[in-house]
Amino acid sequence: MAELSSQLQALEEITATARQAVAEAQDNRALDNVRVEYLGKKGKITAYLKQLGNVSVEDRPLIGKSVNLAKQEVTGLVEQRGRALAEAAMEAALKAETVDVTLPGRNSEVGSLHPVTRTLQRIERYFRNIGFNVAEGPEIEDSHHNFTALNIPETHPARAMHDTFYFDADKLLRTHTSPVQIRVMEESQPPLRLIAPGRVYRCDSDLTHTPMFHQVEGLMVDENISFTDLKGVLSDFLQAFFEKPLKVRFRPSYFPFTEPSAEADIECVICGGEGCRVCSHTGWIEILGCGMVHPNVFEHVNIDSEKYLGFAFGLGVERMAMLRYGVNDLRLFFDNDLRFLSHFK
Amino acid sequence: MKFSEKWLREWVNPNMDTAALVEKLTNAGLEVDAVEPVAGEFSGVLVGQVKSVEPHPDADKLRLTKVDVGDAELLEIVCGASNVREGLKVPVAVVGAVLPGDFKIKKAKLRGVPSFGMLCSSKELGLAESANGLMELAEDAPVGQDFRAYLGLDDVAIDIDLTPNRSDCLGVAGVAREVGVLTSTDVCQVQCDEIKATTDKTVPVNVSASAACPRYLGRVIENINPQVETPVWMQEKLRRSGLRSLGPVVDVTNYVMLELGQPMHAFDRDKLNRGISVRLSQGSEKLTLLDGQEIEIQPDTLLIADDNGPLALAGIMGGEHSGVTETTKHLFLEAAFFSPEAIAGKARAYGLHTDSSHRFERGVDPELAQQAMQRATALLLDIVGGEPGPVTEVVSENDLPQTVSIHLRENRIRRVLGISLEASEVTEQLSRLGLTLSRVDDGWQVTVPSFRFDLAIEVDLIEELGRLYGYDRLPETRPQGTVLTSNITERLTQLERLQHLLVDRGYYEAVTYSFVEPKLQSLLAEDEVAPIKLANPISADLSVMRTSLWPGLVQALVYNANRQHERVRLFEVGRVFKGDLDNIEQERRIGGLIYGDRYSEQWSEKARDADFFDAKADVEALLAISGGEIRFQAETHAALHPGQTARIYKNGEAIGWLGALHPKLQKPLDVNGRVYLFELSLSAVLLAQIPEFTALSKYPAIRRDLALVVAESVTAGQIEDCLSTIDSDILKAFQLFDVYTGDGVELGSKSLAVAFHLQHGERTLKDDEVDALIKTVTDKLEQSVGATIRS
Repeated sequence: MAELSSQLQALEEITATARQAVAEAQDNRALDNVRVEYLGKKGKITAYLKQLGNVSVEDRPLIGKSVNLAKQEVTGLVEQRGRALAEAAMEAALKAETVDVTLPGRNSEVGSLHPVTRTLQRIERYFRNIGFNVAEGPEIEDSHHNFTALNIPETHPARAMHDTFYFDADKLLRTHTSPVQIRVMEESQPPLRLIAPGRVYRCDSDLTHTPMFHQVEGLMVDENISFTDLKGVLSDFLQAFFEKPLKVRFRPSYFPFTEPSAEADIECVICGGEGCRVCSHTGWIEILGCGMVHPNVFEHVNIDSEKYLGFAFGLGVERMAMLRYGVNDLRLFFDNDLRFLSHFK
Repeated sequence: MKFSEKWLREWVNPNMDTAALVEKLTNAGLEVDAVEPVAGEFSGVLVGQVKSVEPHPDADKLRLTKVDVGDAELLEIVCGASNVREGLKVPVAVVGAVLPGDFKIKKAKLRGVPSFGMLCSSKELGLAESANGLMELAEDAPVGQDFRAYLGLDDVAIDIDLTPNRSDCLGVAGVAREVGVLTSTDVCQVQCDEIKATTDKTVPVNVSASAACPRYLGRVIENINPQVETPVWMQEKLRRSGLRSLGPVVDVTNYVMLELGQPMHAFDRDKLNRGISVRLSQGSEKLTLLDGQEIEIQPDTLLIADDNGPLALAGIMGGEHSGVTETTKHLFLEAAFFSPEAIAGKARAYGLHTDSSHRFERGVDPELAQQAMQRATALLLDIVGGEPGPVTEVVSENDLPQTVSIHLRENRIRRVLGISLEASEVTEQLSRLGLTLSRVDDGWQVTVPSFRFDLAIEVDLIEELGRLYGYDRLPETRPQGTVLTSNITERLTQLERLQHLLVDRGYYEAVTYSFVEPKLQSLLAEDEVAPIKLANPISADLSVMRTSLWPGLVQALVYNANRQHERVRLFEVGRVFKGDLDNIEQERRIGGLIYGDRYSEQWSEKARDADFFDAKADVEALLAISGGEIRFQAETHAALHPGQTARIYKNGEAIGWLGALHPKLQKPLDVNGRVYLFELSLSAVLLAQIPEFTALSKYPAIRRDLALVVAESVTAGQIEDCLSTIDSDILKAFQLFDVYTGDGVELGSKSLAVAFHLQHGERTLKDDEVDALIKTVTDKLEQSVGATIRS
């Protein structure tokens, strides 16, 4: 028996040193050396097994079982240690690669659209959605399209009111986007639905006027278009533009190219109609001019005014943008100061 | 049109307060621009009379006065005004009074003498902007009466911004008529009984320009007293309408103009040489106007003249020589109807704009002259006395506006307004406007009175109906009609896409003026082409139309660089203008510039100035949106660096430029550092390709890299051109991925590395066909650009 117990004792000693060696292995290579040292073909446990020839037959099962157990244990320990080492290595690598995520990204600067463009895009999108097309026209116009065809004859007081920039007796910078109406109607017969955005020019420059600004002209011509339709379309548009329910008021006015003519006021978006500096304490803000296309205008473009009716409107884009974004100085739109432009990201 | 509310209420007095009245007017299309008190806020001011004036013992400029304000005792008041005198009636602020600006009047000592109040000037009472001494009141002013009550100062001036069609409201009577309609209130009728002549003196009138002057009335008034003061009530009404008192005769003509809307003119009869002639200008004539300026009269100007020449610009302004002065004894009074066509634009041609021209060019009631003449005569007789002669009237009936009769259809009312009106409502509303209606089959035949000369066609009446019904009462409806298709096509890129691309790449969009400074423009121009010039620019630095977007963009850059922006990226979309006035090109372009660092200041990369290829990358991205065959070709542009300029071609057509601003321009343009500019024709960039699918290969692709050695002058573009001529099914793409000079490459040469991507659509490539292709490539490159293969 003494024989057997010393045999087992020796196995236990080998196993114990193996345990320690595994625990002390600091990297994969050291661990692999340990594995070879104990479990390899010439390893200590293999060698132990080989010298078992002199063990009595009745002891063999017991010793064989012990050797298998020892082998299993050491194999398990090596695997376990291997995993632990891999995890530690990954952890160290991750730690080394940690960055300050609060530092800014590379080249992340995004610019901005000009507020006029931003506003124009919103207006265009709205009217496209309700079936209007976008039309363009020249900015250097002739007096026929800018005035005469719009029922503003040579001597009409409205001509004087336009502060026109001239090139010669005939050519001028368009004072409004209305000539685009004429150009479209010269080319095509109703039904028509269009808006014409663009630059317009008036020879005027002070706190509230710049010599260039932007308008959007609108035109809808069909067999049954009435003034109440005009009210509906514009009222819907204004609510959509300001994205809130808004009182809209239509007042009689005068434009040579529309009859009846109206001006639309909205409830002041700054004070909500209470009265403030922006609305001159009236609670209302004048926002656009509109009306039913004058029969004389239809006549100039050979559209049968008995068969067709239409409405037209014109609105100032800078004014819409000022009200929408709370800009208090028109001149800022044309300074192109980056501090101003970057508000509209 | 500005007028006192009290004056209006003398004509029509609806039962509503000022605010309600103003809202009525605005909602009816007579937009009220302003409502302002006619005097400053003050209290405790009485009508007083100066009873005695004595010198102040210790001050040369001060006087001691005793003033009667209706109390038992006279007030002792120290006064410094030069016009203070015994018997004068003045406004007196007594102790306890509060003047405008919360200025309280207390008992005070002035240079040792006690003073119990203050004698006031019109300025001190907020009645005028400036004043020269004390306000002098009429002799009949009741001593002791509250001054506010005496002048009726609890009143406002209402200013209506009239649209050009409503000149019928350029007189209080016209506004009153409108208010009467809007509020269903009775309106006083003008009292203009005929004034009988007491002398038979006349001035003969000859109207040769009868189309321009269909009606002319004249009357002599003899032996007036021109030194009389205009009565306070009239001065006050004029003042509240924004007119100064200019002597009793002119005041009366102005008053009648404000009251009835009829401009009038008074001549000094003794300055007239025989008869009056109303004619068009002839030859070279001159006239010195009332305001003192001498003008050369232009052709086709309607004149009032006598045998010596022009007396007045008809309907615009009188002449100095024939005008009424303080010594005028006999008047010749004019009330005429000048046709709007004859006056319109004329005043402006002389740089004038007068109350009279303002009315005549918009239109005056052609039937008003007789009334106005009688009214003015009556007022003049009251104020300056005199003996009126008979009225001379010259009329050309055929040239007068004819009475308008309009066919108004019920159905048309519904179609235009969108609602049906009851027949009774139509008749009632239009009748209230003074129109006469007779019923016909499908509606009415409507006759328009002479004072509503703006109503000419059916839709004008429909507007009146809509206006009186109230635009706000009309419902809102959604149009019914044909559904139209959108004009958006895939072949045309939306501009938005380009704008967003540049914004996402860090650009800010600018909007600059379409007119620029000529010098700046010529510095940045591609060639010496004369820009289109404005005839009436707002200033010299905005006087020519831009031929490029660059002047505006560079100006915006300088503006921002001067405000400590060290990195700027800007773009603009807009038209440029070329050619001459008979043949104007108004091309839309998209242009931009970059300046300063490649990246905005950051921590991770080494800072580096942006260069040509940063700008080119942005341009390439823009162009990639719509595709097409793009080439950048080295060419020269006067404003750009000769070694860093590319002209851009799309499908063989030149569409724009990219380059570095010429360094010699940095100083004159006030730019400190390199600027890279680009500009492209917008229509060319927007023109898109429709994608076309080709089958994807399932077989492996092969990459072969070649290092080519070429002379340094050989461009990447030349190599690309050469490779593009190779006709091969398997060469799918190639790209340049390295440019190298230095060790191992002969001086004057460079090495370019090009990767070739090869693939066959239906099978795996064979070695020999790959080798054959590479052989073709190397041969071609050797032939066309002298390339050798570097090993």
